[in-house]
Amino acid sequence: MSAGHHHQLYRPGDTVVHRLPPQCKLLAAAGFAVAVVATPRESFWAFAAYAVMLAAVAAAGRVPPGFVLRRMVIEVPFVLFAVAIPIIGLGERVEVLGVSLSVEGLWAGWNILAKATLGVVASILLAATTEPRMMLLGAQRLRLPQLLVQIAMFMLRYMDVIMDEMRRMRVARESRGFVARDVRQIPVLAKSAGALFIRSYERGERVHLAMLSRGYTGEMPIIRDMSASLRQWGAAGLLPGLAAATAVLSWSLT
Amino acid sequence: MTSHPVPSLEVSGLAYAYPDGTQALFGVDLTIGRGERVALLGPNGAGKTTLVMHLNGILAAGHGSVRVAGLDVRADTMKEIRRRVGLVFQDPDDQLFMPTVREDVAFGPANLGMRGAELDSRVRDALERVGMLDAIDRPPHHLSFGQRRRVAVATVLAMEPEILVLDEPSSNLDPAARRELAEILRKLDVTVLMVTHDLPYALELCERSLILSAGVIAADAPTRDLLSDADLLSAHRLELPYGFAVPAV
Repeated sequence: MSAGHHHQLYRPGDTVVHRLPPQCKLLAAAGFAVAVVATPRESFWAFAAYAVMLAAVAAAGRVPPGFVLRRMVIEVPFVLFAVAIPIIGLGERVEVLGVSLSVEGLWAGWNILAKATLGVVASILLAATTEPRMMLLGAQRLRLPQLLVQIAMFMLRYMDVIMDEMRRMRVARESRGFVARDVRQIPVLAKSAGALFIRSYERGERVHLAMLSRGYTGEMPIIRDMSASLRQWGAAGLLPGLAAATAVLSWSLT
Repeated sequence: MTSHPVPSLEVSGLAYAYPDGTQALFGVDLTIGRGERVALLGPNGAGKTTLVMHLNGILAAGHGSVRVAGLDVRADTMKEIRRRVGLVFQDPDDQLFMPTVREDVAFGPANLGMRGAELDSRVRDALERVGMLDAIDRPPHHLSFGQRRRVAVATVLAMEPEILVLDEPSSNLDPAARRELAEILRKLDVTVLMVTHDLPYALELCERSLILSAGVIAADAPTRDLLSDADLLSAHRLELPYGFAVPAV
């Protein structure tokens, strides 16, 4: 199978991190994020420690820094927001390189930037070492509401089908001379979107019939063995465990 | 498969009107014996799909009855009926909704409570029968259309149905995929009801054909005889493709 067949966030591999059951990794990433968010923003050393922990996970999962950096683009809107806060912030101000900045704003900006970055990197590492569908099976295993997991599963399965339908509709529009130049073309695009919605809705009904025909009763059967051993839970618990210890320590030092 | 006096499918006096009042079936009677391969022919709008929906209880009979291997289609028999009737839908993308071929084929038997090695061998066996075992760990949307249709057949074979119901099995297939599917269907030792308006395909695969027209069974005879009767065909908006003649025996 070619690399193009994989989801772009996933990086195939067979490392210790890849092999951990998805439910362990999901909980580990969530636990890590909670510990990071609970850390006082003044504890610079703690944030450095978190970064080191993530670097260790990346190394263990053989996820190269470039891969993580490219995917961090998703954080850009938050970065812009964080950069704006010191400029528009109120209260006591300091001069930095001739620009007057709010002290409180600087702290708030740093707080958002540091915590969001750590959270984003943890999610990228999770996604890079866990196939999307395994992630959903993990979520199901963690007793997330069945309906939500199933909706996400179908989204994953039918994304390509719907994108393909969208592409065919675009080709059909353009074959008849349609070019989206300005706002006057919006009604046409809106109608296409409506048609796509109805088609997808009808497909949903047909899929539901197909599911009923094969004995669906509201629950997706879990067919693979998803159980995690104590050792695996222990290994996955390392990250949130260390992070929680760091968070506690940072509070007791402030 | 043992020889059994009970036919695979018995439909008697089946009538149905949609909630909006449109009457689609006006008393359909048909019987399909075990091991038979029968084509259900009819123009668009004849009620073919409506009839198929009754066979596994997706639509409930307004009047009349449907029996699968002697078991009435009723609310309390639904689970068993859906195991016995394997419906293969026209668009394989509607049928293959799981992330991988393996999970999709396992969906039906897993709903019947099967797990572990038993489930695994059932899945492999079904894929083997349609020649798709190599694709077991691939996502369905990366397969060709013909391959997807074969996997769709496997998803219902895995439930070991009494009768396989195929809705337009040859639609959208290129000639090679069409022939490959025919070879697979011919080798299966299950009762088959094939809904189609691809008349040569019906002739190729089915000894016997039914014509459903205006909500009733208008003809029930050997496929060869039906297709040789030009007046009968044209009376029910059916036509042989250009240049096609029923080959002499």
